[in-house]
Amino acid sequence: MSTFAEFLINGVSLGSIYALIALGFVVIFRATEVVNFAHASLLLAGGYVTAVLHDTIGFWPALLAGVAGAAVVGAAVEFLVMRRHRGGDHSVLAIVTIGVDILLATELTRRIGTDILALGDPWGDAVVTVGPVTIAETRIAALLAAALLITAFLLAFRYTSWGVAMRAAAENQETAALMGIRLGRVSLGAWAVAGGLAAVAALFLTVFPTPGLERATSLAALKAFPAAILGGLDSTTGALVGGLLVGITESLATGYQGDLTFLGRGIGDVAPYLVMVAVLLIRPAGLFGTKELARV
Amino acid sequence: MSETLTRPVVRGRALVYGWSAAGLLLAALPFYLDRFWLQAGLFAMAAALGAIGINLLTGATGQLSMGHAFFLAVGAYGYCAFAGDGSDGLAGLGLPGWLAAVLAVALAGLAGGVFSPIAGRLRGAYLGIATLALIFIGQHVLFNAHDVTGGYNGRAVPPLSLFGLTFDDTELLVAQVPFGAVEKLWYLGLVLLVGGVLFARGVLRGRPGRAMNAIRDHRIAAGVMGIPVARYRAAVFVLSSMYAGLAGVLLALVFQRTVPEYFGMALSLEYLAMIVIGGLGSVAGAVAGGVFVSLLPQLLTRYSDALPLVSAPGTGGIAPGEAARYLYGAAVVAVVLFLPGGLVRLAARTRKTPTSDRPSGEAR
Repeated sequence: MSTFAEFLINGVSLGSIYALIALGFVVIFRATEVVNFAHASLLLAGGYVTAVLHDTIGFWPALLAGVAGAAVVGAAVEFLVMRRHRGGDHSVLAIVTIGVDILLATELTRRIGTDILALGDPWGDAVVTVGPVTIAETRIAALLAAALLITAFLLAFRYTSWGVAMRAAAENQETAALMGIRLGRVSLGAWAVAGGLAAVAALFLTVFPTPGLERATSLAALKAFPAAILGGLDSTTGALVGGLLVGITESLATGYQGDLTFLGRGIGDVAPYLVMVAVLLIRPAGLFGTKELARV
Repeated sequence: MSETLTRPVVRGRALVYGWSAAGLLLAALPFYLDRFWLQAGLFAMAAALGAIGINLLTGATGQLSMGHAFFLAVGAYGYCAFAGDGSDGLAGLGLPGWLAAVLAVALAGLAGGVFSPIAGRLRGAYLGIATLALIFIGQHVLFNAHDVTGGYNGRAVPPLSLFGLTFDDTELLVAQVPFGAVEKLWYLGLVLLVGGVLFARGVLRGRPGRAMNAIRDHRIAAGVMGIPVARYRAAVFVLSSMYAGLAGVLLALVFQRTVPEYFGMALSLEYLAMIVIGGLGSVAGAVAGGVFVSLLPQLLTRYSDALPLVSAPGTGGIAPGEAARYLYGAAVVAVVLFLPGGLVRLAARTRKTPTSDRPSGEAR
């Protein structure tokens, strides 16, 4: 029972990180209706900046620099590429982000090479024991940080003028523009925020028990895609639920893989995708996504 | 008057001559080129076949697929499993090579059909990410189903034999030129590619092509006009998977060994890059893009000594494979921004004369 509790808590913690990534993904989709396939590379960029700088300027400034770096990369992608093509076909824009992803991922994996970079976090491999349950400190920190950031984000989304502008743009771009909302600024902000959130997620994807930042980190980040999709691409609630669902599934499947040997080794990495396919079979728009109604 | 009457005839005749010359040239190449170039050409042919498949799906019907590499893997491994005789300890049915190839293509189509409850209902980003699942599930199966796939080390590909001719390295002397596997496969590849191009053109120019484009441009209007949208989407997905399966079989025959790592997400992205660079929705574009993206890394590897900025793998600089990825990644972005319609559109634009005023959208 206590191992089950451990798996569950680890899953919730992991899920909150996926939710963080998926949230950025959903924000970009809502603000610009573009699916950002370069999201995993944004995350890798943030993690890389943190990993390179933490030795010289210390962990916390490096983390800030990583967040800022990923936000700048996100904003730059929006400003240099997406903005030139605004109003274009959304599926073509999605393919542009694939091109951007190829560029960013090639550059970052070339820089990282075969190394495994430490991010210099203060938690190390310390654990907390509550009764029979043992949890790594990093997992608790991840859960708290994600909860804090998500709450702050949702409050900002609801109450600040930035959030109102964002939601208005998501509702109806043309009307929003007529009301004096600057769509360019909204989409720039969305990309920057998504980059920043991804950089924080990069930290918690690479701390204990994972060895550190490596090429494969972007594969872990990709699991936020099924999280966003199974929750519903245009729903922030969906991103949270989807993230948790994916995290818990992965944690349980990895934890009990000894009992699941008939499914093969490494089933934990595939489980999120299986869950996504199962959900999409029943609800093609995701759990919380709005079914699209169209007028002909 | 006579001007307008004769011009199409002259044009048609010029086209016939042009194509015959190109065909003869391609057929003569194995007598002159060395192994490296023939192999590169075969990769390009396989890539072109696969790209035609994904272009039918993503370009012509507007269904984003990130799972193309999975169907290539089904084709490649399907061929091995059907043709293998079990002597290497892996499961094999020992069927004759040609039958195994046909069955492998059918198997890829079947795999696409099994996915049709999703492929027929989802679209846009949802379908794109749902097909991403295929990649990861596929990789998982390839690494774990050891009895069929050989696991991490992959499995050897049994050579194809057709009409008593075996496509392996037993040398055959044709006009004083020794013909090994690549020389023989070259002709097979040419035949498959020409067949694939003609079939896809037929599909796109006929009734199904109109329906597919209608679905891409306006799904609901297409449905209102009586096009069975879900069925069409599922059918195109199956057809595209079969093209991928065929490309997979050809690739396996050229590589002579299939390894699971090759069929990862990077391969899927490569195929998407091909059709964007070549031109979405056009067969010629798929071929052009396939040739461009698959030849680029090989050319850079071959000439890495002579090129600035590129250095041989492992020497610390930018490796040729990485340089190729930079180039085609940038090409995708640049094409969408500055050359919507891809390389085909560029060709159509330069070819445009005052009399040929047909819209370039039809220059397929």
